[in-house]
Amino acid sequence: MSAKLILRDKEYEVRPGMTLLDALKKNGIVPESVIATRNGEMITDDEVLRTGDVVKLIAVISGGSV
Amino acid sequence: MKCRRCENKASVHMRQHKLALCKEHYLEWIPEQTERFIKKYEMFTRHERILVAVSGGKDSLSLWDILVRLGYQVDGLYLGLGIDGGIGYSDESRRLTEKFANANNLKLHIVDIEKEYGQPIPVLSQISHRGYGKPCAVCGLAKRHEMNRIARDLGYDVLATGHNLDDEAAVLFGNTLSWSGDYLLRQGPVLAGAQGLARKVKPLCRFYEREMTAYAIARDIEYIYEECPFADGSQSIFYKESLNLLETARPGVKLTFYLNFLEAKKSGNLFVDRNAGQALLHSCPKCGQPTSAPDLCSFCRMIGKASTARTPDLQL
Repeated sequence: MSAKLILRDKEYEVRPGMTLLDALKKNGIVPESVIATRNGEMITDDEVLRTGDVVKLIAVISGGSV
Repeated sequence: MKCRRCENKASVHMRQHKLALCKEHYLEWIPEQTERFIKKYEMFTRHERILVAVSGGKDSLSLWDILVRLGYQVDGLYLGLGIDGGIGYSDESRRLTEKFANANNLKLHIVDIEKEYGQPIPVLSQISHRGYGKPCAVCGLAKRHEMNRIARDLGYDVLATGHNLDDEAAVLFGNTLSWSGDYLLRQGPVLAGAQGLARKVKPLCRFYEREMTAYAIARDIEYIYEECPFADGSQSIFYKESLNLLETARPGVKLTFYLNFLEAKKSGNLFVDRNAGQALLHSCPKCGQPTSAPDLCSFCRMIGKASTARTPDLQL
């Protein structure tokens, strides 16, 4: 089972054990353009993603493509 | 990553400041910094009446929240623009603004453009043939006009808007790319008032858009997530995205870009004719080459420093 990033209507499967920063970069998401939340709480980009994690990304530039 | 203030787990990391904070301390830090900027740029005092323009977005609602928490006399102004875009954009932004005002027992003035002037913004744009097929130019014009009218008619001392650093940096970037001197010289955290023109201030101008999003989330402010439907593909969003690519590679570059611009403008060094500086050059007393330094030229100072320093063991 993998971890998952959700940004607007897109989902990205990521390998557990990666940091959030690496996961964002690997999927072409600009870290400066999003805030990440897990279980409703904001997390920093050094957070190591665990199996089953669902991280919701909130675009900070409304209307932007991040 | 731990909070700088309490060692608890951090919620927000601001690379440009090398600062991480937990939610609780982040909610303290943002108002503290806002207060610092208000004083630094002499925006307003607690004796003045402030009208904050609120759109239902994260920045303006957060600004209203912060100013109220800081104890300022502040009321809100919402302009109904009549933009639908298939998502009921104006209706939803008004609903969220009214919800925030009611929940916090705040005074909100509402002006509906269609009721005041007979047509909503998109129709006014079509009728007036301004803006190359997009209503943004007419919208900006109407907002500036109405915000000033209400501030003046209702006796407010100052008009505050929720522009953040990304907004300001994107405008600066665009005006720099086109070398729009007049616009560059007019940009700043405070636009002075004049006869019939309210003073305009931007208390959030040094916070990144990301920081304001984090504030709205941490404070549980419900805001309109979707941007105006007409903003899709806009130049300002393109500039913001471009600057964020730079920021990711070089944390702090947006902040430096904006702050150094303000500094250059304040010092009068913006658009100074460099030829005028020729008169200030003199000969270096050591090498004789022209220099603007007061004594030795930079090269001679460097050589002088190198000759007195201990020679490191280098393998060349």
